[in-house]
Amino acid sequence: MTLDRARAVDGLRVVDHPRRYDVVVAGGGNAALCAAIAARRAGASVLVLEAADKFYRGGNTRHTRNMRCAHDSATETLTGPYTEDEFWDDLKRVTGGKTDEKLARHMISESKDVLTWIEEQGVRFQPSLGGTLSLGRTNSFFLGGGRAMLNALYRTAERLGVTVCYEAEVVGLDITDGMFLSAVFASGSGLARVRASALVAASGGFESNFDWLKQAWGDIADNFLIRGTANNRGTVLKMLLDAGVQQIGDPTECHAVAIDARAPKYDGGIITRLDCVVFGIVVNKHGARFYDEGEDIWPKRYAIWGRLVAQQPDQIAYIVFDAAMLNMFMPSCYPPIVAGSIGELAQRLGLDPAVLAKTVASFNAAVRPGTFDHTTLDDCRTEGIDPPKTHWARRIEEAPFYAYPVRPGITFTYLGTRVNREARMIMADGRPSANMFAAGEIMAGNVLGQGYAAGVGMTVGSVFGRIAGREAARHARN
Amino acid sequence: MPATELKTPSLAEAARLMTVCNACRYCEGLCAVFPAMEMRRTFTGGDLNYLASLCHACGACYLDCQFSPPHEFNVNVPRVLAQVRGESYAACAWPRVLSGLFAHNGLATAVIAALSVAAFIVGFVAWHDPSALLAAHVGPGAFYRLMPHNAMVAVFGAVFLYGVVASLMGMRAFWRDIGAPAGTLTEPASLWQAVKDAATLRYLDGGGAGCYSADDKPTDQPRRYHHFTFYGFVLCFASTCVATVYHYVLGRAAPYPWYDLPVVIGTLGGIGLVVGPLGLLAAKVRRDPVLADPSSFSMDVAFLVMLFLTGLTGLALLVLRETAGMGLLLALHLGVVLALFLTLPYGKFVHGLYRLLALVRYAREKRALAGGTASD
Ligand SMILES: Cc1cc2nc3c(=O)[nH]c(=O)nc-3n(C[C@H](O)[C@H](O)[C@H](O)COP(=O)(O)OP(=O)(O)OC[C@H]3O[C@@H](n4cnc5c(N)ncnc54)[C@H](O)[C@@H]3O)c2cc1C
Ligand code: SF4
Ligand code: SF4
Repeated sequence: MTLDRARAVDGLRVVDHPRRYDVVVAGGGNAALCAAIAARRAGASVLVLEAADKFYRGGNTRHTRNMRCAHDSATETLTGPYTEDEFWDDLKRVTGGKTDEKLARHMISESKDVLTWIEEQGVRFQPSLGGTLSLGRTNSFFLGGGRAMLNALYRTAERLGVTVCYEAEVVGLDITDGMFLSAVFASGSGLARVRASALVAASGGFESNFDWLKQAWGDIADNFLIRGTANNRGTVLKMLLDAGVQQIGDPTECHAVAIDARAPKYDGGIITRLDCVVFGIVVNKHGARFYDEGEDIWPKRYAIWGRLVAQQPDQIAYIVFDAAMLNMFMPSCYPPIVAGSIGELAQRLGLDPAVLAKTVASFNAAVRPGTFDHTTLDDCRTEGIDPPKTHWARRIEEAPFYAYPVRPGITFTYLGTRVNREARMIMADGRPSANMFAAGEIMAGNVLGQGYAAGVGMTVGSVFGRIAGREAARHARN
Repeated sequence: MPATELKTPSLAEAARLMTVCNACRYCEGLCAVFPAMEMRRTFTGGDLNYLASLCHACGACYLDCQFSPPHEFNVNVPRVLAQVRGESYAACAWPRVLSGLFAHNGLATAVIAALSVAAFIVGFVAWHDPSALLAAHVGPGAFYRLMPHNAMVAVFGAVFLYGVVASLMGMRAFWRDIGAPAGTLTEPASLWQAVKDAATLRYLDGGGAGCYSADDKPTDQPRRYHHFTFYGFVLCFASTCVATVYHYVLGRAAPYPWYDLPVVIGTLGGIGLVVGPLGLLAAKVRRDPVLADPSSFSMDVAFLVMLFLTGLTGLALLVLRETAGMGLLLALHLGVVLALFLTLPYGKFVHGLYRLLALVRYAREKRALAGGTASD
């Protein structure tokens, strides 16, 4: 029996759950619900154990907006076809080839069918509106966002007869020789043990576990903010690895972006993101620039700034821009810090006014004339400073001046359990597990070795969740 | 817009929420409020009143929101916009001295209704002898033996005219408050779009899933009952208009036989006014209180009850018009209708007018949708 040591509660009596299930699902997000529904539809009895309460159910899925699925033609909500090959090219590019090609291609091919399957489970899509038009062809947007999507999945699961327990964190797994026997979970003020023929682990990554993050990143991780749920502590993941499941991925690999430093430690979600580095300069706490703010367009630049800020002292940076740029981008939910002069702005930010004034002055002096266009790699650049700003460089000169403080915001981690195309976990010795399956963040590292493309998180969850549910049911009913 | 320039706590909270929603935009497919919000970066009181009137209170954005309570961001758009609507109704009331009627709407409506029913009873008795009230009257002109037709027309005509003027003045105040250009009101395309959106209750369906009333399972019932109510009201009004034409143009006095046009559409309308408000009242009682603004509860209920009573007394009058109960029923029906019309400009009724105006403005603005957002 593996028990999560940090949370094992000595002396608490473990009560045996009265019922045995075909399939136990650990987690309550997109991956978990897709697995539960698929297993139930295949005739299995299913128990979902979700650590969160009903409001916070579904971890990071609550915060999502869209998913990326291949499709051969335009639909009511997608503006054009997105072939499997194009999807694969995108994935290969963003991961720099760090992906399991066979598995990734399998996921992409299954994603086609999942697009209609997920709608059959009650999820509704909408055309992409406003400024997300660049994703309108590739990504399917959930009407009302991820929580609406999740609510639909829960309604369907419950209608089909899936049993859901909330505040039921899985804290123990009984695994013998790659074979799952039972799970121990929080139940009321005590613990309960439930036996099942198969396990689907869909309990997310370990992004909310600061001890684990610090093992990987060192103490700087203390200054990270977690964009999503506080519940993805990697408890189940750790127990599985300890029980001999093969690990995949590097513990520092994750999706991380720069978010407003005023965001709460957990669960600030999408409204704390800032995507405005291109509209100004970014300085660290010493008032110095440290990276080319004009290197690339969204989404690439969006995804690198989390790591860049993580490497700066105290893991904090400030995006500084002027009045001319204020209305060019989506704000975060916090107002920018504003001042009449650069010196005053520095004071507000707690920076050295003379140093910041000098940084801005030398940046301004280096800006060459050009035609500003934030939608393309334009010809506005600097000359003679290091680091340069290679695009969208405009002088910061029109008062009032503004700044956003930013910190690294972790979206989710990639380290996980290795799986095969049946979503079946692979043991350290290379043998497939008899009855353990994984889906979602907990196995995202199989396809995401590094990098990210918008909407892939949900694809990993839905596709492998559905497969895991189907296979777990097949195993249980044989 | 700094919150200090917003006059009330509800407006300040609405401005905070719209700033949060504007950084999120996940709800943009649900209704008109969010696309309209996206066209702005800062929110004046007028902007917020406009957005509030676009909201049909379907509840979808509350159940779909990852930041609704207990999350620390405490996002509850339906409730806060309901509060803002309530305040903007009162602020637009004409004449201004009567704006307090919104706050005490339930009580005011009850008192006015009781007084006008009493006035009709006393009037009937004073006009004739008490026995006329309790006697059976049949045949054409039966009603007018209790109250002469011209007197009826004079009383209701005056009240109706007053209601029209007060409503128009309110609409004018609302239109100015939201800062919409006057020219929009003369654009046929915007007007037609707004009328279509209002007539179909396009935005009461949570973007297609339905309206959330009792729990987290959406239904289309509130929309259905709203249709019963609205079209019931329209049919009753139409029936009165047809009857007026019968009277003056064709020289035919009421009551009319059951198969005649005014009776047929009046009956259908009456059924709508009984079924619709009952359904909406039931939904209101069952509705998760977290979604609603408690201070507008009495106003909402008062309006529904008055509509229901109008329908019920009308139908009762139709069924019992040849019995001795007719006199009292007529007094009751006329009293209720009079009170309904007197209170129209000071109660929930105005939501339809302001919503229509807000939809006109939205139809205009929609053509200019733009914005930018990132996504994971
Ligand atoms: C702000 C934000 C925006 C995002 N936007 C998008 C987007 O638009 N598109 C996209 O594709 N991806 C997006 N992502 C990434 C996406 O959220 C994840 O990839 C996806 O939700 C993962 O699904 P999952 O089911 O594996 O994990 P989750 O949805 O996080 O679910 C994991 C569940 O497991 C539960 N759990 C954890 N430990 C235990 C335990 N020991 N016992 C029981 N239960 C446990 C948690 O409570 C949680 O419910 C976003 C992430 C964030 C933070
Ligand atoms: S109600 Fe919530 S989910 Fe909807 S737009 Fe606002 S913040 Fe986003
Ligand atoms: S109409 Fe519905 S979705 Fe739109 S703001 Fe109102 S309650 Fe929210």
